Amino acid sequence: MSLLNGKKVIIIGDRDGVPGPAIEECVKTAGAEVVYSSTECFV
Amino acid sequence: MNSVIKGASYILAHTPDMVMENGTTQTTEKIVNPNSEYLKELPNHIRTYEQALAYLPNQTYIGNMHPDELAKYDQPWVDTTVEGMNQRTGKYGEIMPEDEFYMLMQCVDVFELVMLEKSFVAATKEKFVANPVIDESIVARIHEGVDASEVEHFVNEEHAEPLVFAGKTVGFVKRAHDVDPNLSAHTMLENMVTKASAVLSLLHLIRVTGINKEDIDYVIDCCEEACGDMNQRGGGNFAKAAAEIAGLVNATGCDVRGFCAGPTHAFINAASLVKAGTHKHVVIVAGGCTAKLGMNGKDHVKKGLPILEDMIGGFAVLLGENDGINPEVDTEHTGKHTVGTGSAPQNVISSLVTNPLDAAGLKITDVDKYSAEMQNPDITKPAGAGDVPLANYKMIAALGVKRGDLEKKDLATFPAVHGMVGWAPTQGHIPSGVPYIGVCRDDILEGKVNRAMIIGKGSLFLGRMTNLFDGVSVMITKNSGKTEEAAVSEEHIKGLIGKAMKDFAASLLAAAEEE
Amino acid sequence: MDLENQKRVKEFAEQYGPENIVVVLGAAEGEGAGLAAETVTAGDPTFAGPLTGVQLGLTVYHVCEPEIKNEVDPTVYDEQVGMMEMVLDVDDIISEMSSIRNEYCKYL
Repeated sequence: MSLLNGKKVIIIGDRDGVPGPAIEECVKTAGAEVVYSSTECFV
Repeated sequence: MNSVIKGASYILAHTPDMVMENGTTQTTEKIVNPNSEYLKELPNHIRTYEQALAYLPNQTYIGNMHPDELAKYDQPWVDTTVEGMNQRTGKYGEIMPEDEFYMLMQCVDVFELVMLEKSFVAATKEKFVANPVIDESIVARIHEGVDASEVEHFVNEEHAEPLVFAGKTVGFVKRAHDVDPNLSAHTMLENMVTKASAVLSLLHLIRVTGINKEDIDYVIDCCEEACGDMNQRGGGNFAKAAAEIAGLVNATGCDVRGFCAGPTHAFINAASLVKAGTHKHVVIVAGGCTAKLGMNGKDHVKKGLPILEDMIGGFAVLLGENDGINPEVDTEHTGKHTVGTGSAPQNVISSLVTNPLDAAGLKITDVDKYSAEMQNPDITKPAGAGDVPLANYKMIAALGVKRGDLEKKDLATFPAVHGMVGWAPTQGHIPSGVPYIGVCRDDILEGKVNRAMIIGKGSLFLGRMTNLFDGVSVMITKNSGKTEEAAVSEEHIKGLIGKAMKDFAASLLAAAEEE
Repeated sequence: MDLENQKRVKEFAEQYGPENIVVVLGAAEGEGAGLAAETVTAGDPTFAGPLTGVQLGLTVYHVCEPEIKNEVDPTVYDEQVGMMEMVLDVDDIISEMSSIRNEYCKYL
């Protein structure tokens, strides 16, 4: 069963890890619907 | 001709009470969870001034220890002390205690918004004025202070923000307008802290470079605060406000912003202004940020560490015309994260590192030292944010392997050879590329380094105006030794033309004789 | 986790039903990833945000975990995440994430 296909995806990216928009590009190719994408910053 | 770096200053102020009063992690907690264990536990994790002085990353920031020396000590550095490494002043600046910093805040205030209690002023004035950078013009600004009842009145009834020292309210910053949120006591306090730390940075810059105050033409402020009123929230201009107090009578200036990338943007702008001949001496300066005090405090307290984010930071750099000696700023080959770059980390690093190198015909290994985001890992690692400078070096190295500039076996050693350990406090813009400029100038003048790259990155998305990230980079190189006169001296050109004409005439004569 | 992000996660869980949501993280370290994962499953461990005491039990992965990587177009994945995969401690992230998932996820 697909983990992402047809799912609503919430993205919490990290400025010093993988940022939100980069994750967004990825999960879109798996058929997920991105409902929220954000990037956190700890510095 | 490229402009050169004439010197840099780096200052810190130890502000433990402001952690509790003004850091947003703590002020938020007071609203959402006023009886929390964290707020109860936090006072047990506050460092004394002496502990802050003895902390090696702080000594590194003000220039008493080289970053390469700091790297020799095992992390975390929190319990490491080294004989003699607890000085208040350093090659680049100083670490000011909180009580004197409040005095400085009062001195930089020109609207009677910062008021200190009389006995506090009496007790602090002597040591404040003993500081060699606190000159007569600043001493003349000291207000004798107000009665304790006035402090109480403004804090309790007039929405003033208290200034607390050793747990006791010793003064306040009052609102500058009854209804304007941009002139509230909260905002005025943040702005006054930034202004005071910028002024202290300017005073030290004048000390370390020996430049006449009158010779500074232009000042660019690159902190992350905004000053203005309800009709123009970010109207500005911190640069001129700080220049006024520092006595830079012939300077004007402006504020350049870009979150943590601001200082590198300002640095490139300043170097370009000098190179273009617009101004002879341009200073970039930034004060620090109260909101970020204790930002990762919950993690530090949970792990039994002291609150390491108890320092307000500041810095200033002087750029001037090429003197044939000081390191040059190579504004021909800068890196920029563009609108089209995207946020994939490899694109970000390519735009900032390899694009300018390609333009200059250089390899990744041709840059001796990279200074990206020099946050102190003692602060970020316990908070789950990792070792930020190390992550940047790993990214640059990975890109180097991909391009064939670097062999895979060199991946592990790249950070130590071409990078440094982080030593700057997590004050947003303060650690971003610029902490190395002062050290870099010394390293280049001593012949230890020939070429360095300063990289500034900024999280623009935090302002909710764009989802984009930002960054710029610029290289600093050893002076090529060519000065303006040598390059384009009219006399020299005339001489060359004259010699060429003589040679031509001689060859004509010789040819005629042969015939 | 940022308080605004917690608020939005809570709202989306109510709006779409927690079983229909997948949270994907980009944290820089295993520990940070674990804290964020805990927040959207067992509740905010720092007791600060709207998810304090709220056990959403959402399905949560880090973008560097194989479960996510296997479903993404490999070219896009390489472009967007390839380099960070080399830089981050992926094993540590996987171990933190799976322990949180095994304990608190309700919809696996």
